Amino acid sequence: MQVFLIKRTLGFLTTILAISVIVFLVMNVLPGDPSVTILGIDSSEDARAALRAQLGLDDPIWQRYLHWIWGVAQGDFGTSYFFRVPVGELIAERLPLTLSLAAFGTLATVVLGIVLGVIAAANHGRAGDWIIMLLSQLGIAIPAFWLSMLLVLLFAVKLRWLPPGGFPGWDEPVAALRSLILPTTALALVQSAVLARVTRSSALEVMRLDFVRTARATGMTRGRILGRHILPNALVPIVTIVGMQVAAVVTGTIVIENVFYLPGLGRLVFQSISNRDLFTVQALVVLFAAIVVTANFLVDIAYVLIDPRLKGRLS
Amino acid sequence: MTRAINLRIGAGLVLVLTVAALLSLVWTPYDYTVLSVTQKFRPPSADHWLGTDQLGRDVVSLLMAASVNSLAVAFISVGIGGSIGTALGLTASAFGGWVETVIMRVADLGFAFPALLFAIMLAAAFGPSLTNAILAIAFINVPIFTRVARGAANQIWTRDYVLAGRAAGASQFSLTIDHVLPNISATLIVQATIEFAVAILAEAALSYLGLGAQPPMPSWGRMLNEAQTLMYLAPQLAIYPGLCIIAAVLGFGLLGDGLRDISDPRLARARA
Repeated sequence: MQVFLIKRTLGFLTTILAISVIVFLVMNVLPGDPSVTILGIDSSEDARAALRAQLGLDDPIWQRYLHWIWGVAQGDFGTSYFFRVPVGELIAERLPLTLSLAAFGTLATVVLGIVLGVIAAANHGRAGDWIIMLLSQLGIAIPAFWLSMLLVLLFAVKLRWLPPGGFPGWDEPVAALRSLILPTTALALVQSAVLARVTRSSALEVMRLDFVRTARATGMTRGRILGRHILPNALVPIVTIVGMQVAAVVTGTIVIENVFYLPGLGRLVFQSISNRDLFTVQALVVLFAAIVVTANFLVDIAYVLIDPRLKGRLS
Repeated sequence: MTRAINLRIGAGLVLVLTVAALLSLVWTPYDYTVLSVTQKFRPPSADHWLGTDQLGRDVVSLLMAASVNSLAVAFISVGIGGSIGTALGLTASAFGGWVETVIMRVADLGFAFPALLFAIMLAAAFGPSLTNAILAIAFINVPIFTRVARGAANQIWTRDYVLAGRAAGASQFSLTIDHVLPNISATLIVQATIEFAVAILAEAALSYLGLGAQPPMPSWGRMLNEAQTLMYLAPQLAIYPGLCIIAAVLGFGLLGDGLRDISDPRLARARA
């Protein structure tokens, strides 16, 4: 067990490091000269040279990487060309909104996906099953950004129940939460479609097993069988998908924030692309990729906790 | 029985889409590049089946022209990514040992980059363009096909006819080309069909975000981006391109599911 944890943690750290190398390479084999971007086309060659020296752009690429990653390890992501403030500050300002959206999205996805999946499995072959499976087939094909637009059309333009976008800030908690309802719904409806399918098929598989028949024969209620016997045994594939979905929800926030004009990291990354603010994009891409890898790492650990049989095999 | 329905609906949608795309290369109801101030925001009519957009262009013509873009991007990106991934997977399977370990570890790494992140990186470095979007979608297909090809190929290597070929002195390379690749092609085609659906969805999202097709190239995603600012004025413009995307994604998705069930009936029974 300990060996397993140490091995996985080492693999996890190596992956993060490898990601930082890839991102750094892609972002730094640029044709353009960042000093021109920052100072403008009219700047003098002397000023550019001075800035390049200041930013260390004349150093060999491996030295620049080491310099950057050493800073990142200490929480220093460099300085934004465009905003002229530390990138870490820009991220810290926007992180709470993105994390809240991701957390709400994940929570709603898990609840909705598992509930729908279980309902479908419990009604296997009947109308409820068919309707849920049909909807989930549709949900998988719907682009999240288009679903967002439809939600805005209905709930903001037609019914005027909710704001079409924007974020008032956490100082007004009620208004803030209201402005996150549609984005969360858009994220969760699409993602829960996948989860509902997996939950259903996983539950159906377990339902066929002998111990479920035995439980039924002892006269247990359906709810008790579901909660005590079926769900715990159906959990491994469900957790796998949830891990992948945390990643999908987190990257999904990038798209959704841009649909709803929410000032989070997803908006920042697009502003930074149009501003050619490379340090900021670089930091954000690494951050997002790191979140994806972390989600997968946590799922790996979760397997062992869910399925004690794995413990024996791993030690 | 229900599986055959999957296949039929999927094949039908894909057929309609392909015909519309091919037709638009030679004929569309109107020239979608012609702008007309007097004709803008027309409601659906006998002349313009789905009306006209904010620049007076015929919506049906635009949707048809955009379908070419969607299909072409999906075809090229899955083609490139799938070929590279398959080659890597076959190499891993043929050599085994440390080669396999290295290739599969690198493929695992690829899964850490969703297409969106990769496209963002490329756009920041080289500016947003359709080429970068295609590269990003191709990139995410590489590790997928590496895994699928290697998994399927590993099974083929244990077959008697491969052993017989090896006993007859065939090289790993010629065994791979003559025996392994033909025998895993069904699996690869099924995977490619499913990845087509994913690619169409990804292209739409990237173009919507401005990281894919650039004006004036027609694209469903970009049409939705433009429609969003006009949502109070002409909500119908935000509907049609979305329906096209769903039809395309659903079409390839169902077709892929249907094909998989034909190529592996055991799976179909297990999932029923």
